[in-house]
Amino acid sequence: MTVRVTRLLVPIVALLLVALAPAAAWAQGEEVPSGPSFLDRALQSLLDGIQFGAIIAITAVGLSLVFGTTHLINFAHGELVTIGAVIAFFLNVTAQGPGWHIIISAVVAVVLGAAFGGVLERVMWRPLRNRGTGLINLFIITIGLSLLLRHVVLVFFGSRPSSYREYDIQQAIDLGPVGITPRDLTITVLSVLVLLGVAFMLQKTRIGTAIRAVSSNRDLAEASGIDVNRVVLVVWILGGGLAALGGVFFGLVEIITWDMGFRLLLLMFAGIILGGLGSAYGAMVGSFVVGIVAQMSSLWFPIDLQHAWALLALIVVLLIRPQGILGQRERVG
Amino acid sequence: MDWEIILSDALRSGIGPVAAVYALAAIGLNLHFGYTGLLNFGQVAFMLVGAYGVAASVSTFGLSLWVGVLVGLACSVVLALLLGLPTLRLRAEYLAIATIAAGEILRLFYRSSWAEPVTGGVFGLQQFANDFYDVNPIPNDRYGFWLLNFSARDLWALGVAWGLVALMTLLIALLVHSPWGRVIRSIREDEEAVRSLGKSVYAYKLQSLMLGGAIGSLAGMMLAINNQSVNPDSYDPVVTFFLYTLLVLGGAGRVLGPVLGSILFWAILTFFDSLLRQAIDAGVISPTIIAAPEVGAVRFALVGLGLMLLMIFRPQGILGSRKEMLLDVR
Repeated sequence: MTVRVTRLLVPIVALLLVALAPAAAWAQGEEVPSGPSFLDRALQSLLDGIQFGAIIAITAVGLSLVFGTTHLINFAHGELVTIGAVIAFFLNVTAQGPGWHIIISAVVAVVLGAAFGGVLERVMWRPLRNRGTGLINLFIITIGLSLLLRHVVLVFFGSRPSSYREYDIQQAIDLGPVGITPRDLTITVLSVLVLLGVAFMLQKTRIGTAIRAVSSNRDLAEASGIDVNRVVLVVWILGGGLAALGGVFFGLVEIITWDMGFRLLLLMFAGIILGGLGSAYGAMVGSFVVGIVAQMSSLWFPIDLQHAWALLALIVVLLIRPQGILGQRERVG
Repeated sequence: MDWEIILSDALRSGIGPVAAVYALAAIGLNLHFGYTGLLNFGQVAFMLVGAYGVAASVSTFGLSLWVGVLVGLACSVVLALLLGLPTLRLRAEYLAIATIAAGEILRLFYRSSWAEPVTGGVFGLQQFANDFYDVNPIPNDRYGFWLLNFSARDLWALGVAWGLVALMTLLIALLVHSPWGRVIRSIREDEEAVRSLGKSVYAYKLQSLMLGGAIGSLAGMMLAINNQSVNPDSYDPVVTFFLYTLLVLGGAGRVLGPVLGSILFWAILTFFDSLLRQAIDAGVISPTIIAAPEVGAVRFALVGLGLMLLMIFRPQGILGSRKEMLLDVR
């Protein structure tokens, strides 16, 4: 029983921290009658945080699954996000492109992103694993790949931030104290649906079960007849597709830049470690916490520091609970 | 295309102050990654605190430059403790992610409007190294050979930077061949074996992180002094990736690896840069393929490609031995 209580302790503390802000806001809100009250601003940031967290979660799930199945920390995952966003941009905006609607462009970008993930696994990571290249070496190779892809994107895309043609400026729907544009609402709902879909796949389908089996014990899974290479390929395809989708969503909500993926990557890492390294559900929960921390920090601190607070949360978690919110209590050192 | 200009550009860059600064930072990283097996991806954070330790002490608080150097070193030790205490007990990946996050946190904090009174925010700080140039013993003249030409001021900074590189190389050479060095190298090979011999792996890793970090902060200080200015955005995570590239190029876990790596890295990089620009000017490469402003991006992409190819085909670099670079995460 005592074990249960201590295991629940940190999630409760995390929940309290999240709840603290609106509570404090509520207490202060009554004292400040003029302008949008602190409570309203806090609720608005909470909503923004959930929306931001959902996008981080979509991209982080793939990164976490790749880590879970191969123990590779893929530093180039952020570039998969950027490439998704940039492919959609070329199909949607540029004069040389076909000028498709963003929804069609997004679907094509996701398919191409998934294919790119699969190709990377087939032509690079699998041969390298078969050669017996060490994990640290693979890790440094992903850094090289990240530098290469990011600057290839820079050559083609340029350093100027851009937006998609459709849904650029919208009037927010008024939901009492908070407002959200139809675009952001749709994206948040879609993100949550995609996350639920991934969870359903992991939980109910054969390939999902196989992914979880490989994540928890690769050798045992292989011995029981699971084709590990196929599972890893599926994970890369899934990760590439989700990353591209996250990239398009981020491009729609914020803006497309050549280094957007790299900036998001650090937040993904924060989310993954917060939730527990290698757990897909942990990545989802952790990403929401990161998104909410980032947005709510701007209630008290300058907005240019919001990412810094989210990353600081990562280091605090490593101090108090290195296995993360949902991680198994195991020997990690 | 003027080959003489291209080659002299490459040589100037290879022996230049930036190469010295990167060699110095890579010497610290070599202690972490090459000898102890620590995946420190935030070496740039140590450079940042070193540079701002000097710059803020002089510009903001009006202290002497030499006090600033001590402040910078102290900051790097504190940073190493902050990073090391929570993460060095964990698996190697945790240190990697925590250090890269810490580098980015520090950059964001130092450039924020919040820290502007001390760090100058996005504008950075300038003109704080006059103490350094006042003690320049070299007579005021131009020095040089071939197409290379240095003022007495440049030569003084260059000499001190390479002097520090030599000093730190010597220090590392002595250290890694001492009993302490044998322990940290065995930590890289087999942590469990070291633990079973009764050594505190954690304490040794922390010492390595602090010492390598302090050397990294010296590199940051030297960069700041050479430029007479600091700006948070020059301490981007990409600097650490460059350091890894040149360290792997020269040979990780070798005393002279970072020095050779840095000289070659900057010479090759500038060679390509100068070659591309000359080729574009001479019309050999059509501007529709690569325009002049894109040369910078192309050369970064080449660094990435180079790092990948090195790691795949020759992970031990020029000086290393393949046996030693078969590291693995434990």
